Amino acid sequence: MNHSLLEARGIHTYYGASHILRGIDFTVRRGETVGLMGRNGMGKTTLLKTLMGVVPSHKGEIRINGHVTTRSQPCRIARHGVAYVPEGRGIFPNLSVRENLVMAARPGVGGRRDWTFERALKTFPRLGERLGHGGGQLSGGEQQMLTIGRALMTNPDLLILDEATEGLAPIICREIWTVIGAIRDTGIATIIVDKNFRAISSITDRNVILVKGNVVFEGDREALRSQPEVLKNFLGV
Amino acid sequence: MDVYTFLIQVLNGLQYGLLLFLVASGLTMIFGIMGIINLAHGSFYMIGAYLAWAFAAATGSLFSAILLGLVVSTLIGVILEWTVFRRLYHRDHLYQVLLTFGLIMIFEELRSMTFGDDVHSVAIPAVFSAAIPLTDTLSYPVYRLVISATCLVVAMLIYWLIQHTRLGMMIRAGASNREMVQVLGIDIKLVYTLVFALGLALAAFAGMIAAPISTVYPNMGGQILIISFVVVVVGGIGSVKGTLLAALMIGMADTFGKIVLPQIASMSAYLLMAAVLLWRPRGLFAVGGR
Repeated sequence: MNHSLLEARGIHTYYGASHILRGIDFTVRRGETVGLMGRNGMGKTTLLKTLMGVVPSHKGEIRINGHVTTRSQPCRIARHGVAYVPEGRGIFPNLSVRENLVMAARPGVGGRRDWTFERALKTFPRLGERLGHGGGQLSGGEQQMLTIGRALMTNPDLLILDEATEGLAPIICREIWTVIGAIRDTGIATIIVDKNFRAISSITDRNVILVKGNVVFEGDREALRSQPEVLKNFLGV
Repeated sequence: MDVYTFLIQVLNGLQYGLLLFLVASGLTMIFGIMGIINLAHGSFYMIGAYLAWAFAAATGSLFSAILLGLVVSTLIGVILEWTVFRRLYHRDHLYQVLLTFGLIMIFEELRSMTFGDDVHSVAIPAVFSAAIPLTDTLSYPVYRLVISATCLVVAMLIYWLIQHTRLGMMIRAGASNREMVQVLGIDIKLVYTLVFALGLALAAFAGMIAAPISTVYPNMGGQILIISFVVVVVGGIGSVKGTLLAALMIGMADTFGKIVLPQIASMSAYLLMAAVLLWRPRGLFAVGGR
């Protein structure tokens, strides 16, 4: 009926008594790169967790790759082609770099095997030098490369990156952004949450701004740049 | 103590320690990975022994009895995980202790209703019934060596499973970050079911192979449970490697305690535990907290 990879309609999510997401509509088309913006506490991470099934939504419907996933377990949602790189990375410190990658490997939706162990190492050569190291022994930048590499090992249609460059040195951030750009060029759709407005808007096809659990702006880079008051009011840029 | 008596006691300590390892490794995995204190773990040692006795009587062969017993005990483990333990993962340890203590009583009652309260013996298989003569008066039974060798093979299989298979990686990853494992598309509940059933099958297996030398009797699970907890604590909760070392130490301490200091033999394992914990309060190989 349409070409949406991910389609969320009227999503309401609560944490206990707090009403975090207040009726959000959110879509990602195949191969599209979407920037999700907003100040702290506006619901970005909650939206990602709701899409991933980690946090239940109280109302609304989510469809991924044609399946209704509103009540699905996170592992089912991941198997519909979504890979999630959470804030704080979530590497397994008690597993080696090799094991972190290998344990996640599986074909994508429809049996695609584009991403292999070798290709992940080619994308992140530094990981190849650290294969035997424990995940906890890596630097912050290497850990981030490992989580992205691990996510790619699941051959996703959609990659979700929550604060991928947070706390990293500028030179490492540039490296990560270059790789994210390269991943986008392979046709994988991405949702990116990041504090760096310039880096994010130079790479995304479309941007969505959240304020207090509502979508207040949706548009491409040009639309965003032509409305400085949007940036000022909603992002403080 | 002459050299042969010493050798026999070393072999006995080894055999007892390795058997303890089979029971305690499941206990430590279930606690380390799922955070469950399973007091009913020892009941599976008892269930294994009774299954070995009943199936050996029915089939006439201990080997077939062990195979059948493994199938039955694994099935019981899977069903228990689905129906009972799955509800305990997010609960306080107090609920786990209460519920699994209740399970001990249920298992004992079911055992009493099904098999009665008599003591039974299981014959050692004819191929292993010989004894190796050491001196004119001393010999060592082959079956005890078979038990030790079998336990060693199982220990190596467990090590290989956890360190070198993808399932093992998922198990270790699940112990460190359960949510992350799930968002990678891995069904952590299925992993838990497998670990749980495997742990219980190991305890049951220990009861089955021990049945010919220990006899089969009511409440036999209670004794092994307590000493297994000692092993788990000494080894460092959650560490399979620590459990192996601790099981061997406790096995030796118990065996030699009975000979060297019979007056305090029943305390030797606990004295060892106290000494280890004074030196290393979190056990020999403490695993990162969960």
